[in-house]
Amino acid sequence: MDSSQIIILAIIATSIATYISRFMGALTSEKVSVKSKIFKWFNCVAYSTLAALLGRMIIFPAGVLADSELIMRLIVFFTCISIFILSKKNLVIPTIASAFLLSFLTNI
Amino acid sequence: MINSQAFLTGLKSLKGARSPALPLAACFVALGALFKDAGFNIQQSAASSLFTYALPGQLVMAESLLLGASVINIFLAVWLVNFRLYPMTVSLFPLLEHKSQPKWKYYLSCHFLAVSSWLIAKESYKKINAKYRIDFWMGIGTGTWLTAILMTVIGYLVADLLNKEMLIGLAIVNPIYFFCMMIGAMKNLAVSISVILGTILGPVIYIFSSEWSLLFAGLIAGSVAFLFGEKNGQ
Repeated sequence: MDSSQIIILAIIATSIATYISRFMGALTSEKVSVKSKIFKWFNCVAYSTLAALLGRMIIFPAGVLADSELIMRLIVFFTCISIFILSKKNLVIPTIASAFLLSFLTNI
Repeated sequence: MINSQAFLTGLKSLKGARSPALPLAACFVALGALFKDAGFNIQQSAASSLFTYALPGQLVMAESLLLGASVINIFLAVWLVNFRLYPMTVSLFPLLEHKSQPKWKYYLSCHFLAVSSWLIAKESYKKINAKYRIDFWMGIGTGTWLTAILMTVIGYLVADLLNKEMLIGLAIVNPIYFFCMMIGAMKNLAVSISVILGTILGPVIYIFSSEWSLLFAGLIAGSVAFLFGEKNGQ
């Protein structure tokens, strides 16, 4: 099999693996009432899984972020979260600041 | 069939100061550049964002391919990293449910479920009439999804113009933006504990098991947070 076919197979496998979770979620949702405890539990699990993923992206990143240093990522993380809180939850400033700050810190 | 007003309201969430367009653009441009590096052609890169549309899974796929992993291994690794979409869907779709709406809308539009669209929908669904919330969701999803596909293509095309420092800068935008959005969502005890404990447990469990860390961290932190919330009457 040539590399192009492997890439296409990988895209198909990735797409199916991803859609399964979404579709199962849509099916389960039909049986879950907004007022039920199980809904609240799912809500907590959703937020914590997402937080776990984001925490992991900062500490143990995949892709190009892995080429930056952990200490630099942590400096950017704490600086930008502080900006977010101090700026009364402005999303644009910390987001743009994060890109420039990490590029700058990686470059020096 | 689809309420155009609700759909457009959803689509318009791409505009304004809380827009996810900027962080989505940043991370999918970085992904497009990574795909070029990994030997994808432009059609394959676009197809990946079109059919998968879940950044962490796409990153896992690209890196696994570079390491020469088998398709079965890629499938399992992606399933585990994207399993978060299951609890995310179950914690959103009941809020969009309406008896008068056909099921195909839910089965199709679940494809739009991603961190960006999920956080926006959770934040703003109350403003929309319950009957048309699914149309509102389809508007949000269409906008974020198309942004991701377009930016993957742009990232692929401009890959050679971006140096490593610039790509690193682009890649950090995504987790920072979503962390800010999640801190903004910490309005009750249960959600606050979920976010803080999840952030800590995710990397800690990763040290012991890279593949299962998200699933375990999510289940443990989420269940602890739920019990605390229940005990404190929230």
